[in-house]
Amino acid sequence: MQADERLALADDEQMAFEVPDVLVDRATHYCPGCHHGIAHRLVAEVLEEMGVVDDTICVASIGCSVFIYNYLAVDSVEAPHGRAPAVATGVKRGRTDKIVFTYQGDGDLASIGLAEVMHAANRGERITIVFVNNTVYGMTGGQMAPTTLIGQKTTTCPGGRCRDREGMPIRMAEIIAGLGGVAYSARASLDSVKNIRAAKKAVRKAFDVQQQGLGFGFVELLSGCPTNWRMDAVKANTRIREEMIPYFPLGVYKDVTEGEGVC
Amino acid sequence: MPHNTTDTGTPERIFIKGNEAIAHGALAAGCRCYFGYPITPQNDIPEMMSYALPDAGGEFVQAESEVASANMLLGAAAAGIRALTSSSSPGISLMQEAISYMAGSELPGVIVNMNRGGPGLGDIGPSQGDYFQSVKGGGHGDYKLLVLAPATCQECYDMMVQAFDLAFKYRNPVMVLGDAIVGQMKEPVTPWKPAAVPATEAADWRLEGAKGRKPRLLKSLFLEDGALAGQNRHLQAKYAAMQAEAKAESFLTEDAELIVVAYGSIGRIAKSAIRKLRAQGHKVGLVRPQTLFPFPGPLLRGLAEQGKRFLTIEHNCGQMVEDVRLSIRGIVDSAFYGHMPGEMPGSDDFLAPILDAMGGK
Ligand SMILES: Cc1ncc(C[n+]2csc(CCOP(=O)(O)OP(=O)(O)O)c2C)c(N)n1
Ligand code: SF4
Ligand SMILES: [Mg+2]
Repeated sequence: MQADERLALADDEQMAFEVPDVLVDRATHYCPGCHHGIAHRLVAEVLEEMGVVDDTICVASIGCSVFIYNYLAVDSVEAPHGRAPAVATGVKRGRTDKIVFTYQGDGDLASIGLAEVMHAANRGERITIVFVNNTVYGMTGGQMAPTTLIGQKTTTCPGGRCRDREGMPIRMAEIIAGLGGVAYSARASLDSVKNIRAAKKAVRKAFDVQQQGLGFGFVELLSGCPTNWRMDAVKANTRIREEMIPYFPLGVYKDVTEGEGVC
Repeated sequence: MPHNTTDTGTPERIFIKGNEAIAHGALAAGCRCYFGYPITPQNDIPEMMSYALPDAGGEFVQAESEVASANMLLGAAAAGIRALTSSSSPGISLMQEAISYMAGSELPGVIVNMNRGGPGLGDIGPSQGDYFQSVKGGGHGDYKLLVLAPATCQECYDMMVQAFDLAFKYRNPVMVLGDAIVGQMKEPVTPWKPAAVPATEAADWRLEGAKGRKPRLLKSLFLEDGALAGQNRHLQAKYAAMQAEAKAESFLTEDAELIVVAYGSIGRIAKSAIRKLRAQGHKVGLVRPQTLFPFPGPLLRGLAEQGKRFLTIEHNCGQMVEDVRLSIRGIVDSAFYGHMPGEMPGSDDFLAPILDAMGGK
């Protein structure tokens, strides 16, 4: 189907919102009901509203979203698994005048890349991190992640995650908020229109603090992976509400925008 | 602070360690970012960069690990910035994934390895045990680094300038491979000012925001049918073209019956041994590869064709000798003397092995 055909309105339809120019008009490789597309869109809208699209450098991570550069029309570089915050540090230190962000999954950020994100946050790197928490390693087939909930079955904890064996799911927005260089840390969810609206505000703030030179901006987005959760998209949204949000409470864990910078 | 200059801008001779010469050379070459993690015997490099680089308008970051250092290097390189990391053997092992990504994404950067003893934690003394890791890729996949091997403090300075130029010329990571000897010894060095880095360096590929042009993408993932094969062919052609950069010091090779092949500090110690033996009338010469990749194989082959015999001396258990043998294969073999890492070599240690090789067939 051609793009204009897809966008053509039927008689009983009306355009509710514009598609950001920076969002490339093509079908994504994401599964039906996957929230990566919504997260991409929020980033696209925020960059466009801030007027920084042409000054932005994206650091892609390793996970289902490695192809983010196919969907966001900004300069991009690909980082090794977990190392996006270190790569972003290098980009930003090289070009302090640019907006630099990473987009990382929970395996990437909260497991293999824990040291890099914690130290980039602690140094107060003027970068933004968009963290997509879907409680599994999506790309490699749904293995257990550090964020997998207790009792949740995955391909590497087929009997369900057990506290005594695998430990408790890790809460990143809270941990990041505890570090000195952080200007903003929040958790939002992509399960409903209402929550998506709130998520956009959080994404915006996480970029604003970078632009204002206040410190490190971090936003965690609770997201669905219907494929590896073995459920349909509607049930996945329900699961976010009923199982994820109670353990990963939504909210702003740190916000210094009213006060001074952090370093 | 980058270098001692007189009022007229003429460089003076300065008495510094090889490690300091590395830092001076990097600053002269226009290095703007340094990322590193402490490890002996190269700590003088980050220590000097931590004050000199901010003074020169650059950025110094003490990274949380060598894994992070190398990835920061990757990021700065993506922005088209001249950037440096330095470490010693265990730290260089940790960098290998990022270095492979840099090679795959064709990103320029300079990595200094002041080689210490291994395997494992080894010791903090000199060693050439990282030769294979340096010249054969080191990380995953088929790739090469350009590898330069300084033997003097002056070469530490000069080769840093050359390293940055080569990195950006070929869009490839460059390794400067020294050891605890050249890093820690002090010698007079004459700093010199290379031509300024043109503002247009990397202008056709660096990331700086897609103002007025299409977005750029720097990556090493090639999933489309045939794409990775194409990228590998392209990289291999680039590595073949690098052969033009091969360089070596030849010392008394013309009338020599035996050619000693040795690099870095060991090449220099071998030179002292050769001087002693020449004084006794032994016809022995030296080839000291200054580039380890590309390897000066054609030079060695030419000498083999003249009927000369070979002895490779290394401060390891036999690594470069494989490249020497490949270079002269079908004509003659190379004898080998490996000074064991963990023991400090002196020129007298090399006399018997050289005499042995001269007496042998
Ligand atoms: C060093 C290394 N180890 C393992 C992998 C394999 N790998 C690719 S993606 C991935 C997990 C990604 O999961 P997550 O970050 O949660 O992203 P998602 O796909 O769920 O969005 C892993 C382990 C790799 N590419 N590199
Ligand atoms: S596997 Fe999960 S995270 Fe990956 S695209 Fe499919 S739904 Fe999205
Ligand atoms: Mg995930």
